[in-house]
Amino acid sequence: MTPIISTKKLTKKYGGLTAVNEIDLDIFSSEITAIVGGNGAGKSTFIEMISGSCIPTSGIILYKDKSLPLGDPLAIRHLGIETIYQDLSLAELLDVPDNIFLGREKFKRKLGLKVLDKKFMYTESKKMIDKLKIDIPFLDRPIRFLSGGQRQAVSISRAIYWNAEVIIMDEPTAALGIQEKQQVMDLIRDLKAKGVTTIIISHEMQDVFEIADRIVVIFHGQCVAVKEKNKTTIEEIANLIITGQGA
Amino acid sequence: MQSVIGSLEINNILLRRWPIFFLLLLLCFFSITGTGFFSLENFQDIFLASTSVLLLGIGMTFVIISGGIDLSVGFTMGFSAVVMASITRDLTLQNVSPFISILLAILAALIIGIFIGLVNGYLVAFLKVPPFIATLGMYGIAHGAALIWSGGFPVGNLPDILASLGNRYLIYYLPQEWISFLSMPDNVPHSELRNVVRAIPLSALFVIGIMIFMMIVLSKTRFGKHTYAVGCSQSVARRSGINVKHHLLKIYCISSLFAALGGVYYTFRYGSGNAEAGAAHMLNSIAAVVIGGASLYGGTGNIMGTLIGALIIGTLQIGLVMLGVQPFYQYIAIGVVIVVGVVFDQLSQGKLSETD
Repeated sequence: MTPIISTKKLTKKYGGLTAVNEIDLDIFSSEITAIVGGNGAGKSTFIEMISGSCIPTSGIILYKDKSLPLGDPLAIRHLGIETIYQDLSLAELLDVPDNIFLGREKFKRKLGLKVLDKKFMYTESKKMIDKLKIDIPFLDRPIRFLSGGQRQAVSISRAIYWNAEVIIMDEPTAALGIQEKQQVMDLIRDLKAKGVTTIIISHEMQDVFEIADRIVVIFHGQCVAVKEKNKTTIEEIANLIITGQGA
Repeated sequence: MQSVIGSLEINNILLRRWPIFFLLLLLCFFSITGTGFFSLENFQDIFLASTSVLLLGIGMTFVIISGGIDLSVGFTMGFSAVVMASITRDLTLQNVSPFISILLAILAALIIGIFIGLVNGYLVAFLKVPPFIATLGMYGIAHGAALIWSGGFPVGNLPDILASLGNRYLIYYLPQEWISFLSMPDNVPHSELRNVVRAIPLSALFVIGIMIFMMIVLSKTRFGKHTYAVGCSQSVARRSGINVKHHLLKIYCISSLFAALGGVYYTFRYGSGNAEAGAAHMLNSIAAVVIGGASLYGGTGNIMGTLIGALIIGTLQIGLVMLGVQPFYQYIAIGVVIVVGVVFDQLSQGKLSETD
């Protein structure tokens, strides 16, 4: 199996603090890879480097055997890697279509001017939200009026609208109700069925063992284990998270 | 039940659209109480009195939506005005044609504006200096530079064509006698000059044209959308692929460019340049933007709101003068309107009902 993403000695330092320390990791196509670790282990920094919102101090990231344009989120999104951040990264005062298309707006020509095609963006957003079976009655209201589940749906819609090949999700089920959580889990399974590679960061061991194919444990910025789900246990992973060492 | 919902909806509309209702209320009040207030001439005067604030306010709208503030606009306007006036004067004295002199002077004034905007933008976007501090520094620098440039005196002795163009109207009309466009006929007797109706100032048309263009930029283009996004959250904007630093740089350039346009406008209107030309307009332009519904936290606001805010300030200034109220009370009136505006804004967004 050839990896779709490979990191080679990926490192991020903030002054004297090494948040991510020389991580070598392969992410395989069409798999769900869960990245787990304690608070401050370096999980979010690791995926932020893949998504381009954080520039590595050293090391490289290969995507389909080519170097990823480090620190360029838009270029990375154009390559087919979408990220759903823990805070969902939504502009609270913009509406649903504006958020889904932010940074990649659609245009039309009007009197020779290149203006936003708001009708197109609204229609496409509606289709996406309907496909996820999430009820958002007014797409043209600011995001801040939406519930947690609705916001999550907007964030996921933004990622999958662009036919991403890789979707990175940072704590996708955090702060969701039982029903909304199940919807998100079903959606992740749907994405896998469609051949999308998914990387999730989660603290919820039950969720991780329910959907992941492979589990990566990060401890103090280092990758201490990569386990196939069927060949490990919750206890072993918990021990790795806490001590950085296997049972 | 329906009537309750209906009244809530009306309350919401009143709270959100209060500036336009308040402007209409002011116009009605002064029309009833002030002699001669309700006239074409006076309404044109109100608009002309509001145009400098509006010009500065257009640029300020972009800055405030992006979550920043620009305190340097007033003295950027003054600096541009003295630069434009002195270059026009000096070139004309060198026998350069007035048309070329004015054109070169406008260009120089606008370049000064863009340069100040670049410095402000660089400090804010690249060196992470808080906008308040960066533009406060530029406030002093632009003021000092304008005073040094002008020697502390207004710059006059400019070609007549300048003020003539700046104070020209589209239509001149003597009821039942004649109608003329762009200029008055030469042979109008002095006794009839007071009866000539002057309609639609050219300078107002110029400002309205620019305002409509900037409205389109803000509401219909990617640049405008990204301005709102940067104001909502710089990290969200960055993750969405928006180059936040370059965007902020452009926004501060726009603000200073409009301040420079204010200086150009002043020189045309008054036929002279003055370092203090925009001193009073800085706070009024911020007030216009805030009264118009923009939040100083960023992410909201629009140019139509700024127009209404500027007209409210202009109407208050002229209306109170016509009522014979001491000019000092204008400051109190404008201050009260700003506070009331922000409270209405909080109420309409339900922020006051949130628990701490």
